[in-house]
Amino acid sequence: MTLTSGQFTALALLGVFHGIDPGMGWLFAVSFGLQERSRRALLRVLPFIGLGHEAAIAIMVAILTVTSSLFAAKAVVLVGGSILLAFGLWRLRGRRHVRWVGMRLSRWQLAGWSFIMSSAHGAGLMLVTVFAFSMNDQVSPLDLHHGVLRVLAVAVAAMAVHVGAMLLTCGAVALTVYELLGLRVLRTLWVNLDRVWAFALVGAGVATVLMV
Amino acid sequence: MALWKPDPTFYPSPRDAAAAPPEKLAYVAAFSRPATTPDAIAVLDTDPDSGEYGQVTGFTELPELGDELHHFGWNMCSSALCPYAPHPHTERRYLVVPGLRSSRLHILDVKEDPKAPKVVKVLGPEELAKHAGYSRPHTVHCGPEGLYVSCLGGADGAEGPGGVALVDHESFEVLGRWEVDRGGQYLAYDLWWHIAHDVAVTSEWATPSMIEDGVVPELLLGRKYGHQLHFWDLRRRRHTQTVDLGDQHQMVLELRPAHDPTRKYGFVGVVISVEDLSASVWLWHEDAAGGDGPWTATKVITIPAEPAPADSLPPLLQGFGAVPPLVTDIDLSVDDRFLYVSCWGTGELKQYDVSDPFHPRETGSVRIGGIAGQTPHPALPGEPLRGGPQMVEVSRDGRRVYVTNSLYGAWDEQFYPAGVGAWLAKLDTGTDGGITLDERFFPHGDAFRGRRVHQVRLQGGDASSDSYCYP
Repeated sequence: MTLTSGQFTALALLGVFHGIDPGMGWLFAVSFGLQERSRRALLRVLPFIGLGHEAAIAIMVAILTVTSSLFAAKAVVLVGGSILLAFGLWRLRGRRHVRWVGMRLSRWQLAGWSFIMSSAHGAGLMLVTVFAFSMNDQVSPLDLHHGVLRVLAVAVAAMAVHVGAMLLTCGAVALTVYELLGLRVLRTLWVNLDRVWAFALVGAGVATVLMV
Repeated sequence: MALWKPDPTFYPSPRDAAAAPPEKLAYVAAFSRPATTPDAIAVLDTDPDSGEYGQVTGFTELPELGDELHHFGWNMCSSALCPYAPHPHTERRYLVVPGLRSSRLHILDVKEDPKAPKVVKVLGPEELAKHAGYSRPHTVHCGPEGLYVSCLGGADGAEGPGGVALVDHESFEVLGRWEVDRGGQYLAYDLWWHIAHDVAVTSEWATPSMIEDGVVPELLLGRKYGHQLHFWDLRRRRHTQTVDLGDQHQMVLELRPAHDPTRKYGFVGVVISVEDLSASVWLWHEDAAGGDGPWTATKVITIPAEPAPADSLPPLLQGFGAVPPLVTDIDLSVDDRFLYVSCWGTGELKQYDVSDPFHPRETGSVRIGGIAGQTPHPALPGEPLRGGPQMVEVSRDGRRVYVTNSLYGAWDEQFYPAGVGAWLAKLDTGTDGGITLDERFFPHGDAFRGRRVHQVRLQGGDASSDSYCYP
């Protein structure tokens, strides 16, 4: 598995998209800041939001890597794309909200919250498309020259780029809202990203399946 | 259908909500005491520029008889903006209207024509019984997990324990009983929370048999009605602490926590002390300053009974020669500055500045109705009024206050045996305190088509409908 600069850019852009969503963490970070009237409280929780997101992505990448080393890459991409498409369609019907109830979370609980939110929104699933590009022209997955370490390194780099972009965006939005804009902007600027997500998932699913 | 932009009636903070535009409509629970006609939600025009200002402009009857509408609430409110499970694109669109006597839950859609709410779903009492084990649904609050409906009675004829049922805020199915561990709570009444601290608070009135045929004097003098507050872990749904106000303080009713999510205090009204017939308002707060100390409650307002000649009193009170104030509802303005206290017995609405919650300062008082006073409304001078200010609702901007005059069917007759009538008054507030009756706004009598009036809900939200996650 190798990734081109275009794929890294795509991963970073998806990170920005995930970071902008209030439901992925920046809003929670702002609420910590406001509740304690402290910017430091806001900044302190950001890494834990990133950690949860990272874990959600890592699980998907791991599944992808393992399955693609066991099965034909085409099959993995086809199945992944189909799941993506189905998940997007299910989210388009979108009546169910993830319910995690509580404001007083410890930082590790916050990481758990972020993990659940990212998984439930299909954040990791969305990356399947990007990886699919790299697996299409794959040589034998069991080719020892490629080596486990190399695959691992690429995967870690990919996740770092994605989560780095996500966290930077998340932090920038949180600080801007906390310091400058105030939460009143929620009333006008908060478009229904759940629906955008659903469309993105469907689009990514279709693109992935077509690629095979 | 989900919206693209957040519902415009959701506000992140109480400060933002206080800047909301004035309501144009109010919804009022109207119930038929003899249960010969269906109960209804009456719609009032509250737009001063409208030709119908102060009049009943809509009237939606429920499908069946004998519900006894009491309190009700919205399917969604500002808590939808809370960061842990945001769903701001669901609409505040449905009124959730329990029948306190019938145990039915009605869902009314106000979107298409806000002046003509449409009944879109009715849940029979068996739904509440089967899924949650409760009956006599009372207060409805929109919250983090859906709708929280506090119920006074148990299911299948059981007196108790009462408790809280969870209802889905979109499908309106009863999801189940909210409590995982109810501790020592048995009597139920109100429920609200400190949403940013994962703390819920509940209060105590009575079981169904203690109220449905009227207040039972022996039980009251025997101090059997509720006199405790309960604190809960809102997230884990567990009872954490009981605070006993003392069993002389009978009937601990409306809970009004500070709207500012950084503050951890609230007010609760007590109807009557059996020692001297006084009423009181208590402040709950943490024992240890600043920390997560145990909860405690401090009496911050005492309102004494007023002596009256026996011939002006109903049989229930003649032996006492005095009118108890009967504080049956209180309401806290969204900016947490003013507390309104209804004295249903003496016929008085009091306003207190509670900027310092430990030391309320009376800043306004209006007399209207009352057991002995029967003070007329200025719009109808010379006409003695029965009933008194009871349910009190404050607009989001804190400039208008609405009061209705019925307490509860069977109890109205005991305290106002000549008939309680039906009226709703509106008061205007001064920016630094003071309340005056609006002479242009006094729907009464036939305007409500033979029904009595109870809770008022304002279009888009009011001081007792929404909770906020951000300061």
